Amino acid sequence: MATLNVNGKTMTADVDPRTPLLWVIRDSLGLTGTKYGCGIAQCGCCTVHIDGVATRSCSVPVSAAAGKKITTIEGLAIDGKLSKVQQAWVDSEVPQCGYCQSGMVMAVSALLKDKPKPTNDEIDAAITNICRCGTYQQVREAIHAAAKA
Amino acid sequence: MNAFTHIDRRSFLVGASAGGLSLGMSLSFTGAAEAAVTMPEVNAWVVVKPDDSVVIRVVRPDMGQGSMTGLAQLVAEELECDWSKVSTEYPTPGENLARKRVWGAMNSTGSQAIRSSQDYVRRGGAAARIMLVQAAADEWKVPAAECTVEKGVISHKGSGKKTSFGKVAAAAAKIAPPDPKGIVLKDPKTWTIAGKPLKRADTIDKVTGKHSFGIDVKLPGMMIAAIRQCPVNGGKVKSFESARVEGMRGVKKVVQVGEEAVAVVADNFWNAKQAVLALPVVWDEGKSADVSSETIAAILKAGLDADEAFVGNRIGDAKEALAQPGVRKIEAVYAYPFQNHATMEPMNATALYTADKCEVWCPTQNAEAALAVTIATSGLPADKCEVYKTQLGGGFGRRGRADFVAQAILIAKQLPGTPVKLLWTREEDMTHCSYHPITQCKLTAGVDEKGNVTAWKMRISGQSIIASLAPERLENGMDPATFQGLTASAPEGAFGYNIPNVLIDHAMRNTHLTAGFWRGVNSNHNAIYVESFIDEIAHETKQDPLEFRRKLLKPKQLAVLNAVAAKAGYGKPAKGRAFGLSSMNTFGSYVAACAEVSVVDGKLTIHRIVAATDPGYIVNPALVERQVMGSFVYGLSALLYGEISVKNGAVEQTNFDTYNVMRMAEMPVVEVILAPSGGFWGGVGEPTISVAAPAVLNAIFAATGKRVRSFPLMNQDLGTV
Repeated sequence: MATLNVNGKTMTADVDPRTPLLWVIRDSLGLTGTKYGCGIAQCGCCTVHIDGVATRSCSVPVSAAAGKKITTIEGLAIDGKLSKVQQAWVDSEVPQCGYCQSGMVMAVSALLKDKPKPTNDEIDAAITNICRCGTYQQVREAIHAAAKA
Repeated sequence: MNAFTHIDRRSFLVGASAGGLSLGMSLSFTGAAEAAVTMPEVNAWVVVKPDDSVVIRVVRPDMGQGSMTGLAQLVAEELECDWSKVSTEYPTPGENLARKRVWGAMNSTGSQAIRSSQDYVRRGGAAARIMLVQAAADEWKVPAAECTVEKGVISHKGSGKKTSFGKVAAAAAKIAPPDPKGIVLKDPKTWTIAGKPLKRADTIDKVTGKHSFGIDVKLPGMMIAAIRQCPVNGGKVKSFESARVEGMRGVKKVVQVGEEAVAVVADNFWNAKQAVLALPVVWDEGKSADVSSETIAAILKAGLDADEAFVGNRIGDAKEALAQPGVRKIEAVYAYPFQNHATMEPMNATALYTADKCEVWCPTQNAEAALAVTIATSGLPADKCEVYKTQLGGGFGRRGRADFVAQAILIAKQLPGTPVKLLWTREEDMTHCSYHPITQCKLTAGVDEKGNVTAWKMRISGQSIIASLAPERLENGMDPATFQGLTASAPEGAFGYNIPNVLIDHAMRNTHLTAGFWRGVNSNHNAIYVESFIDEIAHETKQDPLEFRRKLLKPKQLAVLNAVAAKAGYGKPAKGRAFGLSSMNTFGSYVAACAEVSVVDGKLTIHRIVAATDPGYIVNPALVERQVMGSFVYGLSALLYGEISVKNGAVEQTNFDTYNVMRMAEMPVVEVILAPSGGFWGGVGEPTISVAAPAVLNAIFAATGKRVRSFPLMNQDLGTV
């Protein structure tokens, strides 16, 4: 039985301790905003925050996340108010299909905590999430907009 | 869809459920849960509720390209409703079938969602407006012609009366619909809703994790399946040892899926995946087990000089023109690899099968094809089957197929009454795609003493998509789609250059891998071949590539090329930078690109792309701009990294570590020129992909003198000429 702190709530899941956090979040806890894209920490669709650090949850066993503060895309807006990154995403109309955007938003939220005004080079180095629809130009625009907000 | 011709429509129960039209899992535009519509519809496209809110129903899947928004704009434009009160719904293919396909085709493929349905959706909106106005006029006992409409409010000037759509909708529903052919549509110049950069309504859902894709489907008692398909396409399962994994955690059942796969059904995906990977399987890999990229390349190479080929474009006599004395021959051979769509959401479908019903929830680009597969695979009559389209995590052509739907049903049939979600691993997705076709191309040009091109001979050798996916659509063995953008004349796209003697033909050489529609389809390699070789001829004859093209290009294609050249500052590159051009007429649109690159110590940087598109009309400029920008990510990912290779019959790439795609750091600035010239309706989602790669390749040549003729670029050394 894994006990997790997800979006401020204590949740339990009856799973093998080696199960990647991603599948516990999705299949056991039913929080499907976090997506599966590759399973090998390449694409970033599954990005969540563990103690504030952007982490690709497909490659973290649930046992390693116990006792830590996990935030998923569902936990980003507070009392229905979008975070400034989410708001910038809406204002710039970033998403196309939207599948990668949960991970994108989580990765960018963590980046802006570390670097409130990132340069383009810093964005390039930090945001390696894959988007196949090709929203990168809007992502960059929205990151700068969120940094100014 | 052709697949429906054998279905007995009379056997289909109208409404498919009590109470007439039930919209099943209706996916609301606003994201708010939309109750099944109980209000009578004005017509198939339009429902108006008493509070004046308008539900517009359209059936072309929106996988991020914005067709749901664009089609609703077109209906709303003719309806003259208040856009702020519009939501949309997606009827199911079962409902469409039951109503004699009142909504038309349900596929979003071939950049067709807007262009192929714009006429009838506008007529649908206009017909509803006419009926609503007539209802008001009847109530007031005035001629309908004296009434005006604005934002859902109907007015009669003479009497000063006013009413709203919501108040007359019930009466309008009883009025006989006007003949759609007699409806005069608005001049696009007068549009107030269509043609505007209106926002999508689903963006908040997409940034809060609420947008529900196929992978996110949840049903009571649902189990999850993971699959393993024979590594060699066409191979079969010989045997497997279920007992070895049946005791593993969470495992419910081990099943064979068709002839070619095994699956494990478990309580969660991780447990299913662990078990299916541990399952001992003996495969009969079949006759393709010794095929490799090298053997395929050799077969294609032989096709370049084969005597027999399907002719796609013949003007004059290219062979004779090439044999004329004094004609200089220029020749080059190109090769384009297999590529995977790599949608971010791996293939999946959820099926619930009982003895008298089969329901499927899936991300599909063609819900009617998914329904046809559901009927065929379940063995149940059409009226016992239904497909609910979920949101799609990318499509790019891959989700026009329904192979994964059939598999989900084959698994669910072995667990009647239990909903089963089949989810492919990325590894299965990478190795069992319907790949971008592999081709080679030999081009020969004849040039006279003045530098005029007198002959163009182009032999494509390679795989046919139609032969793979729909062989019944071959025309006397020929795949006409192979000549996308290369035919003499066609509304879909024609060879853009005025050359007196042309011969373009195709030696079909199919492989054991399935070829499929891959965003941009055959335009992608055809544009590389034509646009690179045009550039080669220009350089070989010491002519500027832009001036050379200007002498040969047809007017609309030249217009977009001139537009990109002007905006990019072609001819005046900054120090260390170089420009490359390309243009194409495909998917009914005219597109061009100018790439600005530098190559330093063999390292390519794509700084900027200026892209122009003329699709005739533009329904939502903001969404079109995003499609154009995104198409460069797709096309340039393919150019930089896209390669599926084969060894021992199996695909070698398994995940994004071996099949890389472009990330943020490599994304050039894309500047978009929208140049709708009117008079025709072209596509948007795909055409500009075709000009991405050749513009960059031509810029690489301008920068380095190196002509790249095989792909992807990661296999090339740009540091040596």
